[in-house]
Amino acid sequence: MDEALLRSLTPSVLGILVRRGADFAAAEDAVQDALVDAVRVWPADPPRDPKGWLVTAAWRRFLDATRADTARRRREDLVEDEPAPGPAAAADDTLRLYFLCAHPSLTPSSAVALTLRAVGGLTTRQIARAYLVPEATMAQRISRAKRTVSGVRFDRPGDVATVLRVLYLVFNEGYSGDVDLAAEAIRLTRQLAASVDHPEAAGLLALMLLHHARRPARTAPDGSLVPLAEQDRARWDTAAIAEGVAILQAALARDRLGEFQAQAAVAALHADAPTAAETDWVQIVEWYDELVRLTGSPVVRLNRAVAVGEADGPRAGLAALAALDDALPRHTAVAAYLHERDGDLAAAARLYTEAAARATDTAERDHLTRQAARLNSREGCAG
Amino acid sequence: MAKYLLLKHYRGAPASVNDVPMDRWTPEEISDHIQYMNDFAARLEKTGEFVDGQALAPEGTFVRYDGEGRPPVTDGPFAETKDLIAGWMVIDVDSYERAVALAGELSAAPGAGGRPIHEWLELRPFLTAPPTITE
Repeated sequence: MDEALLRSLTPSVLGILVRRGADFAAAEDAVQDALVDAVRVWPADPPRDPKGWLVTAAWRRFLDATRADTARRRREDLVEDEPAPGPAAAADDTLRLYFLCAHPSLTPSSAVALTLRAVGGLTTRQIARAYLVPEATMAQRISRAKRTVSGVRFDRPGDVATVLRVLYLVFNEGYSGDVDLAAEAIRLTRQLAASVDHPEAAGLLALMLLHHARRPARTAPDGSLVPLAEQDRARWDTAAIAEGVAILQAALARDRLGEFQAQAAVAALHADAPTAAETDWVQIVEWYDELVRLTGSPVVRLNRAVAVGEADGPRAGLAALAALDDALPRHTAVAAYLHERDGDLAAAARLYTEAAARATDTAERDHLTRQAARLNSREGCAG
Repeated sequence: MAKYLLLKHYRGAPASVNDVPMDRWTPEEISDHIQYMNDFAARLEKTGEFVDGQALAPEGTFVRYDGEGRPPVTDGPFAETKDLIAGWMVIDVDSYERAVALAGELSAAPGAGGRPIHEWLELRPFLTAPPTITE
């Protein structure tokens, strides 16, 4: 059975139920039930019209769930005037679901969970596993999120930027569990970019594709991190790179630059270099200048310091770094790297050890500890 | 079945036999150590004895309530003298003897020179729900 097809139908089926008058929370539950039914029934008895099948099953589930007397009266009214939504309505429904699930009244973790369930069609169990929390906790998070947005009008457009931020979070949170969150984020962003005319949606999709393309080369067989400069570029996914670059170029041509397009441009310049030594760091610094202008983010300034270190030498990088707050995440790791490039191996080893103690994930911690160990085990700089 | 917590300390446990800090190992020794830990957890998953394992950052903060309407009081990072947990593994095993045997195996993870660290791990039984049959 094609689970990807099943899940891709989720938002439009949910949209149809809401249009027929079902409230969002009940409709969402009904669609989940219908998805479970489909997984059970389809392998033996595949439907000719999968979407029609799902709408019927979900609607029946919804009616079953609202069997109370008052609800029955209301439901009979609803059945009377079922609208027949056309393809345009389906695209709009999908977009409105994105807006609803990323509504500003939701916390980031709630918005992420609700998006993965209502738009992505993942089960609560899959989402719970992906985020390493108990299923009951995730179920509560989702039902609270649904209560929070219960008063939000479904037919009002929302802010694309909030949706993009939620999808970025999904992509960036790694690959744990049996669900590939990065691939899921790409699927959802692709679907969004197809239903809204927004250069930053395209920019985010390009950014994801370009980073995803490096994934096979990012980790060694033993699970350790491989830094960008040491990655085997033959293992990068050239099809994903080509697609990302094409999407980015079309977005940039619209001349409405945003942070995701600028970040994607940096990723594209890395993808474009046949070897690490051939990286166009001067252009990368220029894109970081744009990003600083667009966001003012200290994390961007930190990444810019790395790029300056490559473009103009480690001393210039250290000078750019000196202007930044040393409490920034990864500040110490960057300092260690630039000191090593500058030839001060003792300082670099000490800073790598300190950076490992400040790391926020085990892969990075282990990588930084190895860097310290590599320098410490060289003769003549133990100290 | 009984659940046990295996606690690994950054500070506070007695010194291990092969007591060399990790940044003084070779990169290969670090890889071998990590591989040993991963293999250990994977093996316990296969035997149905693994529950959870997590690593903790070395820095933390003490926090306490400071009365109605006041923000909580914080104290930290921890002073050098305090016991510091580095991480844990939770196992679900048939006996105390099995828990001790597994803790011993984990403590044999290789360190500097590829030799076992002989690290002291703290083994703590979980308090359980009351049993149904009490007489």
